[in-house]
Amino acid sequence: MAFWRSDRGDAGTRLPAGWRERIWLLGVLAGIVFFGIGVLEGQLDVVWKKAVLICMECIGIG
Amino acid sequence: MKRIRSMVQLVFTIFTNGYMYGFLNGKIYQGSLKYVCVPGLNCYSCPGALASCPIGALQALLTQRGYQVPFGVLGFLFVFGSLLGRFVCGWLCPFGLVQDLLHKIPVFKKRKRLPFHRALGYGRYVALIGLVCIGSMFLFGGFAKVPAFCKYLCPSGTLLGALPLLSTNELLRSQAGGLFLWKAGILAVILLLAVNVYRPFCQYLCPLGAIYGWFNRFSFVQIWREEGACSHCLSCERACPVALSIEEISRSPACIRCGECVAACPQKCLHFMRKESRSEGESRALKNG
Repeated sequence: MAFWRSDRGDAGTRLPAGWRERIWLLGVLAGIVFFGIGVLEGQLDVVWKKAVLICMECIGIG
Repeated sequence: MKRIRSMVQLVFTIFTNGYMYGFLNGKIYQGSLKYVCVPGLNCYSCPGALASCPIGALQALLTQRGYQVPFGVLGFLFVFGSLLGRFVCGWLCPFGLVQDLLHKIPVFKKRKRLPFHRALGYGRYVALIGLVCIGSMFLFGGFAKVPAFCKYLCPSGTLLGALPLLSTNELLRSQAGGLFLWKAGILAVILLLAVNVYRPFCQYLCPLGAIYGWFNRFSFVQIWREEGACSHCLSCERACPVALSIEEISRSPACIRCGECVAACPQKCLHFMRKESRSEGESRALKNG
């Protein structure tokens, strides 16, 4: 559980300094790709269909 | 900082739960905004909710027939997480706001953590893996797929979804039974605990916090510390509501980026945005006051 304890990122990583500060960009890019795949697979329709009806489980009835 | 954060939390909560017609008539919004997820834990069965809850959406995909990777929701989580990390928890989560407000009630001695904090901290991961993932896929209800976290635990759904709907919709009220009482009990315990302990649900049970905590290490929004200017007075540690050490602030999965440490630093060496390091002379002058 102590994997984050390398202070501000200088110790314990072999990535160059400029890269370390831009890893979040890779995360955003991965997110956009995942989102695109989800749209192509029709997953947002599934989410919408679930979200526009009262979720009986969520409110403790179903 | 506290006031700014409270304002942001309040405005964002009203903005994402602004469907007043739903509150008045016991109905929920059914428009196209529900194709997208809000960043925080915000039940999509809340009468005011204009968008979907990421955990609810994740479970909606996991409970589908067959097994599929929930790419659509992972996309939202990766984008929000990579940009903000647990800043979402500190600034944009409606249930976080509720717990913050309860913690301001001036009764009981305030505590940052519960006893056995370290062990209880794994509860977030148990909720994520056990209830959201495995539970939704095949465990409960005689192997029928159910959104186990929403059904058996989520206090946000009870508070923001069930209570407003049941208070205005008589048909739903007549169907409430043992499961509702179970969830109402969990909500009551968490809300009472929040008066005494800082954000118990976020610290010990929230699966969304577990996900965003993973992004804390490299998200765009960070709390940067200027090593040279820091006098190690530990004002930041004392101000931290979740009792993190100076090394853990910002990068720990428990840091919700509330900014209390930034406001408390007498040297002004903690920032939300990265600043160019000060010269040695400037740093020395700051240290000497």
